[in-house]
Amino acid sequence: MAVKNNRIYWIVWLLLSSLLGAWLAHAMLNENADKQIFMPGELSPGHHQLADACGACHIDAFGGGEVLQRACVDCHGEDRVKPFDSHPAKKFKDPRNADLLASIDALQCIGCHEEHKPEITAKDGLTQPLDLCFHCHQEIAEDRPSHQGMGFDTCKDSGCHNYHNNRALYTDFLIKHLDEDPLLDQGVLPSKEFASLLEEIIEYPREEYPVVRLDEDDIDASERRAFDQDISTEWLETAHARSGVNCSACHMQARDKAQEPSWNDHPDHTVCENCHSVEVSRFFKGKHGMRLQQGLSPMTPDQAVLPMKQEARHTSLTCTSCHGSHRFDVKKAAVEACLECHDDKHSLAYEASPHYRLWQQELLAKAETGTGVSCASCHMPRVSRDVSEWMSRIVVDHNQSANLSPNSKMIRSSCLHCHGLEYSLSALADQSLIENNFSGAPAGQQVQSMQLAKKESIRRQEEASDDEDADMFGF
Amino acid sequence: MKMMKSKVTIGAIAAVSIGIAGASIAGVAGTDATVSVKAMADALHLVMDSDRTVYTKTIVNRLVKKEKVIKATEHFEDDKSLALPAQMFRFGSEMAMKRAEKLDDVNFSYTLQSLWPINKQNAPKTDAEKAGLKFVAENKGKNYYTTETLAGQKYFTAVYADTGVAPVCVSCHNKHPDTPKKDFKLGDVMGGVVIRIPIES
Repeated sequence: MAVKNNRIYWIVWLLLSSLLGAWLAHAMLNENADKQIFMPGELSPGHHQLADACGACHIDAFGGGEVLQRACVDCHGEDRVKPFDSHPAKKFKDPRNADLLASIDALQCIGCHEEHKPEITAKDGLTQPLDLCFHCHQEIAEDRPSHQGMGFDTCKDSGCHNYHNNRALYTDFLIKHLDEDPLLDQGVLPSKEFASLLEEIIEYPREEYPVVRLDEDDIDASERRAFDQDISTEWLETAHARSGVNCSACHMQARDKAQEPSWNDHPDHTVCENCHSVEVSRFFKGKHGMRLQQGLSPMTPDQAVLPMKQEARHTSLTCTSCHGSHRFDVKKAAVEACLECHDDKHSLAYEASPHYRLWQQELLAKAETGTGVSCASCHMPRVSRDVSEWMSRIVVDHNQSANLSPNSKMIRSSCLHCHGLEYSLSALADQSLIENNFSGAPAGQQVQSMQLAKKESIRRQEEASDDEDADMFGF
Repeated sequence: MKMMKSKVTIGAIAAVSIGIAGASIAGVAGTDATVSVKAMADALHLVMDSDRTVYTKTIVNRLVKKEKVIKATEHFEDDKSLALPAQMFRFGSEMAMKRAEKLDDVNFSYTLQSLWPINKQNAPKTDAEKAGLKFVAENKGKNYYTTETLAGQKYFTAVYADTGVAPVCVSCHNKHPDTPKKDFKLGDVMGGVVIRIPIES
């Protein structure tokens, strides 16, 4: 009797285990299944959209930290090299710095940015105590007497230091930009370079679509299709029509090289990247496009952490959700598209801001091109990027997350085109000014780093000799 | 019979292996010759020192000091100027280390250091570096060789004097706002190149 009872228990156990195993396997392998069961802790704000894509970071089932490190570098690697990073991994690979690694494992991103640890995750995804600089820079007050008495938990204060991107904060840069006016004369944003450099863009299909102006008679859409006159009119107003980009360039593309091209009513980003690969690759790196990069469904505002408009909550974020199709209006993409979704204080205050007034002046052709300030002017700035080993050009950086965290990364790419450095640092440190979208002047105290730079500049002037040897090296 | 079969199999494998080995050696004759770590370090130093001297003479000194057409500055990207010779040297070191990661049998590192560093992080740090930098500064023309263990790994460490060969070397170091020494003269030992090669304990 006891044996029979045991057998039943065994059968029940086996059945339940099999069911549990099958359910776990389904959850793991089915990309649409909820994977919360495997989530050891909430993801950081930088990665929350990838909760369904464990494989985005856990790129190999076998292996330890090196697997995760590879995943970090796959997405963030290009920003982690000089001059964009003042603490690149190569600095710590030198054997003479082996002792430093005993305190902080600076070779592994997760040494400072652990995931699934909401209880210890601070701003910028940092999971180390704020005074981590102490481990390597404890003698800084001896090297730089100006730093005596400063706490190691203040290194990261606004306007002082960033562990990675210090490009707007190093001493010589501060000195170079001392005593600048809050508003610079003739402030203007850079122009993007695409049409002017078309000959140098290797991937551009110039043989198939020569750069010539097209008109309505040139339209190569199939005659079998009902053709909408509005579409034709919209297209004719674009740079596409002016540059030989016919209907087939977007609508008649093969999914892959093995297939014959066939008409597609709704081309996606894979078509855009035939000519705009830099823009698409950067879009993938930001919060708008990172789900698409992982092969997930597009990002929608209802998945966002920031406040979003109810009516837009199911909008799928792809190239055309901001640019529209056929018209590809970059001005609409620069403001209206953003405000269709974003519903936070900063966004809602934009249309009452001085920046918006400048933008309107530009749209009405009452001010010069590049003097208006749209959402994109700051959040998708025009920056010089290396587009190959040997070339760079000014592109619209479609990774709108790139210069936000910390926000001093925005200084070089956006603020300094029109504002002085001290004013910019002060404004970015003023939370109320951020909320009212910079309507007014920063009310905060003077930025400490600029005060130190002023003192250092005076010291240098007093000690400098007035000879040409010093001038040769910019001293 | 079983014994015979396995002997034949072993013989065949051995013959094939010897053949492959023979072909390999014949293909790259002389690769089994060895070079001492000291000779390797000396050769590496000769190449890196020559390259930097060429850059300093034909690019920096010529364009900055003689022709006066461009500056050479630390923040050369922001200033649209030339990279300093010490930076060119460091960038080469970083690139070499990165490329060496992909080569199984190539492993070494090198840095430029000084007892009077502009950047404090380039001051000697390990005992071998401190002793080596002091030795080459006090014994002009001589190199310093030793072994040291860092994080459990033993290294052959060589230190070579770094001499101010061009007027721009001396004037830049004397005028730099962060320099701790302002009276270098042409031909002075201004620092040293430290080369490390991991060796078996």
